[in-house]
Amino acid sequence: MATDNTEAKLDSRAPSGPVETSWERHKRDARLVSPANKRKFTIIVVGTGLAGGSAAASLAELGYNVVNLCIQDSPRRAHSVAAQGGINAAKNYPNDGDSVFRLFYDTVKGGDFRAREANVYRLAQESVNIIDQCVAQGVPFAREYGGMLANRSFGGAQVSRTFYARGQTGQQLLLGAYGSLMRQVHAGGVKMFPRREMLDLVVIDGRARGVVCRNLVTGALERYAGDAVLLCTGGYSTVFFLSTNAVNSNATAAWRCYKRGAYFANPCFTQIHPTCIPRVGEQQSKLTLMSESLRNDGRVWVPKAAGDKRLPGQIAESERDYFLERMYPAFGNLVPRDIASRAAKLVCDEGRGVGSGLAVYLDFSDAVKRLGKETIADRYGNLFEMYREITNHDPYETPMQIYPAPHYTMGGLWVDYNLMSTIPGLHVLGEANFSDHGANRLGASALMQGLCDGYFVIPHTLGHYLAGGGLVSVSTDHAAFAEAETRVKEQVGKLLAIGGRKSVREFHYQLGTLLWDRVGMARNATGLRGAIEKIRAMRDEFWNNVRVPGSGEDFNKELEMAGRVADYFELGELMCRDALEREESCGCHFREEYRTEEGECKRDDERFSFVSAWEYAGRTGDARLHREPLEFDTVHLATRQYK
Amino acid sequence: MSTRNGLRSYSLKIWRQAGPDKPGNLVDYAVSGIHPDMSFLEMLDQLNQDIVCAGGEPVAFDSDCREGICGTCGIVIDGRPHGPLVNVTACNLRMREFPDGAAIVAEPFRAKAFPIVKDLVIDRSALDRVIQHGGYVSINVGSAAEANQMPIPKDIAEQAMDSAACIGCGACVASCPNASASLFVGAKIRQMMLLPQGKAERTRRVLEMVQQMDAEGFGDCSNHGECEAACPKAITLENIATMRREYVRAALKSGC
Ligand SMILES: Cc1cc2nc3c(=O)[nH]c(=O)nc-3n(C[C@H](O)[C@H](O)[C@H](O)COP(=O)(O)OP(=O)(O)OC[C@H]3O[C@@H](n4cnc5c(N)ncnc54)[C@H](O)[C@@H]3O)c2cc1C
Ligand code: SF4
Ligand code: FES
Repeated sequence: MATDNTEAKLDSRAPSGPVETSWERHKRDARLVSPANKRKFTIIVVGTGLAGGSAAASLAELGYNVVNLCIQDSPRRAHSVAAQGGINAAKNYPNDGDSVFRLFYDTVKGGDFRAREANVYRLAQESVNIIDQCVAQGVPFAREYGGMLANRSFGGAQVSRTFYARGQTGQQLLLGAYGSLMRQVHAGGVKMFPRREMLDLVVIDGRARGVVCRNLVTGALERYAGDAVLLCTGGYSTVFFLSTNAVNSNATAAWRCYKRGAYFANPCFTQIHPTCIPRVGEQQSKLTLMSESLRNDGRVWVPKAAGDKRLPGQIAESERDYFLERMYPAFGNLVPRDIASRAAKLVCDEGRGVGSGLAVYLDFSDAVKRLGKETIADRYGNLFEMYREITNHDPYETPMQIYPAPHYTMGGLWVDYNLMSTIPGLHVLGEANFSDHGANRLGASALMQGLCDGYFVIPHTLGHYLAGGGLVSVSTDHAAFAEAETRVKEQVGKLLAIGGRKSVREFHYQLGTLLWDRVGMARNATGLRGAIEKIRAMRDEFWNNVRVPGSGEDFNKELEMAGRVADYFELGELMCRDALEREESCGCHFREEYRTEEGECKRDDERFSFVSAWEYAGRTGDARLHREPLEFDTVHLATRQYK
Repeated sequence: MSTRNGLRSYSLKIWRQAGPDKPGNLVDYAVSGIHPDMSFLEMLDQLNQDIVCAGGEPVAFDSDCREGICGTCGIVIDGRPHGPLVNVTACNLRMREFPDGAAIVAEPFRAKAFPIVKDLVIDRSALDRVIQHGGYVSINVGSAAEANQMPIPKDIAEQAMDSAACIGCGACVASCPNASASLFVGAKIRQMMLLPQGKAERTRRVLEMVQQMDAEGFGDCSNHGECEAACPKAITLENIATMRREYVRAALKSGC
């Protein structure tokens, strides 16, 4: 296959040479902006999650003017707040053999060799500083009796390197970043604009110079100009309708940037999380995750016999199949997410699912016997409580029922080592970019990535960009702002004028169900081709038959959703195209045609050891594929083994 | 899930208000086809579907995580912020708590410092401004010391976490006859007071936060205790007591 990496645009800018020193060398060579000049630059940060909040606070602290846009009513509510389980760091506090190299190694292997080595190494290196930073902010991480930080283990790792704050790690990390952000707001370095949705990017002379937003309260379109734009808008698992993401998570900001020239990478890689509470009815709006840390002590099983409908307590030990322990003895219940999810699907496909048939048991009875109820309550109390609240069943008494659900999008805008997209000046941080996780994200590494990007990477790489010069001053009067605003206005007007018969939600449900079916836990060429046809037909119907009530000059949730779903139709199609193109199985991308005899993923490194980066070319069907080849100099390509 | 009782119907009274300066009133609605495992917000989603399909304007309400952690949702349900259950947010409240055919009243959180945006949506930015006045540790990025150099006993970390669990939903304010934000502010003061990291700014923090709380139009606390009962995260009155002690200490120390 021809690779067109000759293009300057897709230069990863990852330093060559030993990966251990790449970041130091890169920082050493980076250009600097002098303190007196920093205040002359205005940086637009979109999003206030771990990535956006930490970046906005860090940059303001350095002296830049920061404009921070937030879709929620307060930055403290950004989606990162929902993360439960924990954040990884190579501190080796438990003395169980962890190191920067091992965290790096586990992450590259866990991602099934589809991540960029230099990025992952940097992530592992900075992980150590992240914990120091958060502790200094007053994040109340779990502690041992002696006062030292506590750790636990997570899927895909044989060491305990995960730091946590009860089951509310994301909340506490976000509140730490939010505190730093509020401090900068007070000091005047950050101007915060809540309830704003970015709807377009403004590109002037080939560089990202501003955004157009909708004020979600008044409906007014607003223009913001700056010297660089940082997109920190998170993931888009809500494309599947049901997912673990917050209901306002979306792809719109990233998608509109894609339409302005930013390449979209690896759209077919979506992490399906194995331990979610199964869905119950059609009207359900989201799926709730049960932290992966539960698999430390919970054992996953189904009945050996298909169609066994007895209550769990009536099924004898000998009639149970602890399938993860059976299939993957070395890691057991702690196999990575893609593997655990696929195994659960497999046993349910065999007719051995419990409950509705689309669920497996996560059983704590052994752990309660071994450790006592108190220890279990100490470790997982609030998760058990949450489960009981939702299902009306008590996990101390009866096993939890769990099933995989869309959770995290590894796809996102393509970025180089400096976190810059193919549009100069547009930097993309956190879940919104594609980097670091490859084809499968290991648990507790997204929080790490978001904070690494915001606290430790962008302060250096953005300075390098700004100091490179050539930035003429622009104002919001520039014609490009008017053009972008017109585009947004036209779309809003169009959506409101259709006056059809189906609600936005019905379309979203229909699209999401199709995507879950065809490009969810498993995919094949026939299914993907069919899905593309169907999505196109649905999209045509959407633009002719959607009903968006109310006006554009008002608080209008349906209108917000309509814009996001319109983008999901286009993104959904690209996800299918990308999946179709990748004729191999890797990580979360399981193409049924490419599997080993044992039914595991079969990578094709000869042909597919690359990042796919899609360039917009009018309609989604015409999008152009570029390839960034991946080299594995330090961790040698190998088949993933968790047996 | 095994609860497979039939679907339910409810009659609702919902506060409708077009904007901050517009008049508002309770409007009657009926919903049916409600599964008992659905959340209160999913029930409202369904109502909104019905309204949209009938050509009307859906009820505006706020939510995001829908799992009780972001603090975005918050509706006064039958007179109680977040509804009838203890320690449960509106998004985590299930319809099985309401018998089939029940009449339910839904209104926005009300407080002078929380203007209504539309229907059930309110503006809680006052809480952010209170935090801006010192509700953090002033530490620059990149200059932190090795984390384990500062041991913190487990029970202290746990107590700090109890306070840090506040989701900033504002139910405490809405439930308080004086619309006081003392539980919210007290929780942040206590978290920071307990941890060694928070010590340096201890005096300044409490004085400034309390001052800003007053400036935002929150009322004084007169020990009703309604806040504790309404809080979905079990933040206790102990936090208010701590704040008071901290305030007195700080006032004496700073001589004001
Ligand atoms: C239930 C759950 C549990 C998780 N648990 C863990 C865990 O234990 N460990 C771990 O490492 N990871 C976990 N993750 C993943 C992790 O939380 C996320 O990947 C990470 O927080 C993303 O951070 P972010 O800053 O990139 O994006 P987000 O926190 O999603 O922030 C993006 C922000 O941008 C806003 N935004 C979006 N579009 C626009 C727009 N157009 N205009 C303006 N603003 C916009 C969003 O509303 C949001 O506030 C979990 C995820 C979920 C859903
Ligand atoms: S103290 Fe409780 S009620 Fe008040 S804002 Fe915090 S979580 Fe909500
Ligand atoms: S929607 Fe997040 S707490 Fe209810």
